[in-house]
Amino acid sequence: MTRNELLDLYFMDSRAKLIDLAAFLDRIEKAEGEADFRLAAFRKALTALENETPSRAKDVLMSLSDPSVEPIEKAPGKGAVGAYPGETK
Amino acid sequence: MKYIEPHGHMVSRTTDDYQAMALSGCEAVCEPAFWAGFDRSSVDGFYDYFCQLTDYEPKRAAKFGIRHFSWLCINPKESEDPMLAKEVLEIIPEFLKCPTVLGIGEIGLNKNTRNELKVLEWHVDLAAKNDQLILVHTPHLEDKFKGTKLILDVLKSDSRIKPERVLIDHVEEHTVQMVLDAGFWGGMTLYPESKCTGARAIDILETYGSDRLWMNSACDWGVSVPLAVPRTALEMKKRGWLSDQIENVIYKNPIKFLSQTERFKL
Repeated sequence: MTRNELLDLYFMDSRAKLIDLAAFLDRIEKAEGEADFRLAAFRKALTALENETPSRAKDVLMSLSDPSVEPIEKAPGKGAVGAYPGETK
Repeated sequence: MKYIEPHGHMVSRTTDDYQAMALSGCEAVCEPAFWAGFDRSSVDGFYDYFCQLTDYEPKRAAKFGIRHFSWLCINPKESEDPMLAKEVLEIIPEFLKCPTVLGIGEIGLNKNTRNELKVLEWHVDLAAKNDQLILVHTPHLEDKFKGTKLILDVLKSDSRIKPERVLIDHVEEHTVQMVLDAGFWGGMTLYPESKCTGARAIDILETYGSDRLWMNSACDWGVSVPLAVPRTALEMKKRGWLSDQIENVIYKNPIKFLSQTERFKL
């Protein structure tokens, strides 16, 4: 498909998601209290959108991923939260 | 358009979902054993669950003209207790004789712990000893990249395992390449909030090719859409895919992988 055909198909949906993203950050900023590591991870992942190569989805996912290689001793719980509290790629 | 739902946790869904899937062209659904949302307290709970998967659920699906198959295991979310896992693994061979059991799955990792890895290795050994297909669950969100690498290490280190008989599920943009490069099949799960959207799944197909990839809804008791596969097929059509190309992904690819066991018959 051409770029304009893809824009026809996805622009309005992506525009809505972009505004939702902006509103989410506004909502967080207006709220009280300290944000945990997820907000910093989110902001860092946002910078991947500025990358020049078409691997932004992969770059965002890597930015939110645990980069370590060794299994851990014990599960802290069953769930995942969507971001890694330590250094990421 | 006919399709196969290669990963659906139908015990969590209503008969309305079966009806909607049948109306949308679903010919078969494959149900991997998974976590119930709570930890089962004993091996007896798993015995009952395996009976439900191999006896009751195929009959429920048949009422809507859908073939029902299953995969058996103790899910990674319950693998932190190796003693229980060992007991569950001991009862699985009895169920492998059932005519609708496709193999061992969905095994894998959840939080990438040593116990989970140990139980994964036991499952891989069970599959190898019984010449079973394997369906692998990769971890969620921030744990997926690391977990996928650990899982591939386990599978690649066992010389009995043939990559073409293993499907690594829930791949995304950061894990699909390593799965396909190692010769395994990959599955893309179409979820509204996590894993892949339909649009991203099509991007992945257009980037990596559709030879060894399938799509599934993995519908369960969480936020999920039982009709995610036919909805994505519609999106593929909008993206210019031809009917036979769509059919290859949503129908023929599952048949190609699953027909490696003689139990998969439509």
